[in-house]
Amino acid sequence: MAGDRAESLLRELAPQALGAVVRRYGHFDLAEDAMQEALLAAATQWAEDGVPANPRAWLITVTARRLTDLLRAEQARRRREEEVWRREPPLADYHTADADDTLVLLFMCCHPALSPASQIALTLRAVGGLTTGEIARAFMVPEGTMTRRITRAKQSIKESGIPFGLPPAAERGARLAAVLHTLYLIFNEGYASTTGPLLHRVELAAEAIRLTRIVHGLLPDDAEVAGLLALMLLTDARRLARTGPNGELIPMAEQDRSRWDAEQIAEGVALISEALPKGPTGPYQVQAAIAALHDEAPTAEATDWPQIVALYEVLLDLSDNPMVALNHAVAVAMTSGPEAGLALLDKLAADARLAADHRPYAVRAHLLEMAGDIEAAREAYLTAARRTTSLPRQRYLNARAARLTPPESTP
Amino acid sequence: MKYLLIMNINPNVLEALSEDERNAIGSGHEEFMRTIRESGEMISTNALADPSNSVVVRSKGGEQVVTDGPFVESKEYFGGYYLVDCETKERAVELAGMIPDAKIEGLGIEVRPVMFSAGSEM
Repeated sequence: MAGDRAESLLRELAPQALGAVVRRYGHFDLAEDAMQEALLAAATQWAEDGVPANPRAWLITVTARRLTDLLRAEQARRRREEEVWRREPPLADYHTADADDTLVLLFMCCHPALSPASQIALTLRAVGGLTTGEIARAFMVPEGTMTRRITRAKQSIKESGIPFGLPPAAERGARLAAVLHTLYLIFNEGYASTTGPLLHRVELAAEAIRLTRIVHGLLPDDAEVAGLLALMLLTDARRLARTGPNGELIPMAEQDRSRWDAEQIAEGVALISEALPKGPTGPYQVQAAIAALHDEAPTAEATDWPQIVALYEVLLDLSDNPMVALNHAVAVAMTSGPEAGLALLDKLAADARLAADHRPYAVRAHLLEMAGDIEAAREAYLTAARRTTSLPRQRYLNARAARLTPPESTP
Repeated sequence: MKYLLIMNINPNVLEALSEDERNAIGSGHEEFMRTIRESGEMISTNALADPSNSVVVRSKGGEQVVTDGPFVESKEYFGGYYLVDCETKERAVELAGMIPDAKIEGLGIEVRPVMFSAGSEM
């Protein structure tokens, strides 16, 4: 327990220490390595001697000292005369806005010059304080692969010469959107991994929630940040009910709602209720509002489908996303009958972005089943099962198809 | 997203190549490996021995039978693969196009998404 507390304290302090050191000395790439070494040192030393009186100062000092060592080593190696390293007193009593530092780090790690995979990896390491090995395991790639990805990302940051500071006001909105998108991707990777045996990679979802909570703490008045945090909490609240004992996927209509996390739902609902009136209303808030309506419904039938339809229409106006259109079709089917949903699906069939996707077939299968067209539903389930690249989803779709197979034709 | 880039080999096509062309394939693979290692997309690669070395284990009438030779007799066979982790299917196709085999008529790289992974270092 004491170890867990020390670890969560360390993970919380990690971006603050890194921010303070980079703000003072620059060298983001090396400072990030120094921070990782300081975290390691803390993990062993604190376990033996207990947490120091001022853990933040301890971590900043050790990170700065390690950075000095790394810079010296690099200097010696490269014999770079112009890289003059000035000795400075320890940073222990160095006060700046930690809040800003953590935010600046997030903006750096989610810089548009980096690919999404690099943004994710770097954010988890530099802001989340996870080791490369932990990140590699979460994404099921060899550690060497993840090391390269992180090194490359840091190299790009170094080469682009991005200064350590908040982006100019004119860019702030777009850059924050990039940060939120990265956090959203981390959450999704954890919640519904596209490949691999596990449907949930719980730790990634929990880490995304933790990081989004930090951003919400730093920008409490930003309605979209609150919306994203609410969306994650309201979605993650259904996690336990989402899979059966053998890891099989359970659709929302059939989930045991008593297993939904009531506390998390209450927190998410409170967040989104407070955020919505603030405006402007962005896509995360609307998605959170939809998730809240699902979470608050006592049964699938008692869900406020007309309001969900209306919210999906707001979402469609905000972003031209075929997945939103697909969910809209499902909601319309729930209010106006499966034929109305199927008519919307037909219009979507021409969308090239969905051409290779299994989801339109899965939705069509559900709506055909609702409409009583069993044979066509079975065909659509099987088509969707062939197209998905997720093993749990394939099992689910094949099971749905098997349920619709007439008994006399089963071998 | 993980993809398997499957290299299909046709010995007749390879034998018809000149010495220089065959050398170019070798150095092309080295270059490709360097590229995807540096980009952090490489997971692993394996090249397989000639299918004349294969045996096939299958079931016939409730009993297992082991036979020499490949599963399917054909001019083309599965010669090896690259397992990569990349952002999009478009990138996987782009990577496949960088493999020297994709530049030789009669050979080809099949790009297939991976659905389940387990094993070493993961």
